[in-house]
Amino acid sequence: MSLLRARAVWKIYAAQRGTEVIALRDLNLHVEENEFVSLIGPSGCGKSTFLHLVAGLDEITQGELWFDGRPVEGPGADRGMVFQSYTLYPWLTVRENIRFALQKSGLPRADQERRVEEALALVGLHEFGHAHPYQLSGGMRQRVAIARALVYRPRLLLMDEPFGALDAQTRRLMQELLLSIWESHRTTVLFVTHDVEEALLLSDRIYVMTARPGTLKAELSVPFPRPRRPELETTPEFLELRQQLLEWIRGEVRW
Amino acid sequence: MAENPLPAHPRRKRNSWLELRGEIPPSLYFAAGGSLIAFVFLLWWVVTSLELVSPIFLPSPEAVWKELVLQIREGILWQDLSTSVYRITVGWIISTLFAVPIGILMGNFRFFEGLLEPFIDLIRYMPAVAFVPLTILWAGVGDTQKFIILFIGTFFQEVLMIMDNVKTVPREMIQVSYTFGLTKWETLRKVILPAAMPGIWDTFRITLGWAWTYLVVAELVAANVGLGYRIMRAQRFLQTESIILGILVIGLLGLLTDYAFKWSYRRMFYWVEQK
Repeated sequence: MSLLRARAVWKIYAAQRGTEVIALRDLNLHVEENEFVSLIGPSGCGKSTFLHLVAGLDEITQGELWFDGRPVEGPGADRGMVFQSYTLYPWLTVRENIRFALQKSGLPRADQERRVEEALALVGLHEFGHAHPYQLSGGMRQRVAIARALVYRPRLLLMDEPFGALDAQTRRLMQELLLSIWESHRTTVLFVTHDVEEALLLSDRIYVMTARPGTLKAELSVPFPRPRRPELETTPEFLELRQQLLEWIRGEVRW
Repeated sequence: MAENPLPAHPRRKRNSWLELRGEIPPSLYFAAGGSLIAFVFLLWWVVTSLELVSPIFLPSPEAVWKELVLQIREGILWQDLSTSVYRITVGWIISTLFAVPIGILMGNFRFFEGLLEPFIDLIRYMPAVAFVPLTILWAGVGDTQKFIILFIGTFFQEVLMIMDNVKTVPREMIQVSYTFGLTKWETLRKVILPAAMPGIWDTFRITLGWAWTYLVVAELVAANVGLGYRIMRAQRFLQTESIILGILVIGLLGLLTDYAFKWSYRRMFYWVEQK
């Protein structure tokens, strides 16, 4: 049984003056346990919308959305989310931000503290535990956001262009960090991006979406063995798949 | 070939204090502000000591100072001051006690916004000052009438500002809290309120400033004691120095509270990011 399965999902928004916007049209996909799956497509294709639906932050208009054998009905701590924008709570320190995610876990305080320290170490921010978000760079903030989403161990981690607001170098380092974290933990991830290299480097499988109304255009299994190294990006096999993905997406971009 | 030495690089110092958005040293910033105040004061002193204006229209700084000493000695200033401060404190707190919860409801629930905003807008555009005769009819000329005027003048603006403060909390901050399993009430208490607090604190500062205006207007029209009343009485007896003193005292009080709010803002909300 798939951890996540979408069957003929439609999402239609009411827009101004009685018109409607079809964000998602008849979307079918699945994510297996311990799999890293990416959703790529042009801007506005509804990939973020789909992530919000899975997180339970929005409701599907039509179709079925199954998570862990049950239909998705609202948000819950079994699905974590990392947003593109900075969502740390600025009045809390880094440690307090991470611990905030554990308050409904029912864990004893000592266990919470231990998990927070583990999560901090995982993203390499141990000495910044007492800092406030305003003292951190964009990359550090997203590392805290990742630590915060991992600390309560959700069954599925949803990542909505988490590195989209970072500069190219930081982005690169974040991809490598996420790659190594994922390869040692194997949390199930559904990752939204429009960066083809990023998707290829990180994913087991990639879904390519069409422009709005978004639906599936293609599916690609990424054959590269793990653990992967960033040098992978210069191999002919990688470049070939990259070319293929770019062609699929290029056909969808309107400009 | 012999290398030509580069000519000395010209170092033209730019006059950054007249650049668009140019930074200036803090010392210059504060010196400029202080100098202007000193200049106006000096001008006042020169004009009156040369007797260019009749003291009935503009008394000298010395006369105002003497009036201050007199009012302190007779206990009038303290009586007026404490009465006015008491009125503004109570009136503003009543208004705030209503504005905070209602503003939070309006900022979070579209229903309450839809229910209350048209009504609040309607009253907001009625000048609070025009309610003075009506409130005297209702409540006499005592403290209660001052509280009512302060409420009418403050609440209807304050509640809308607090609604906006709440609305500026990014949606993602709320959504991420849901993904940790928090309920909407927990999210309201642990995320929306602390996130909106700096904005709300600033609203407090601004509305308290407005409250002074409404209080003085109410006291000018009808009162037996208070800073506004003192100004009104002084006008009747042509005691211009008392009028000037009253205005200066009110201005100073306003400045002090404003600075107190700004200072506590920096202490409490040091984590707010400067844009």
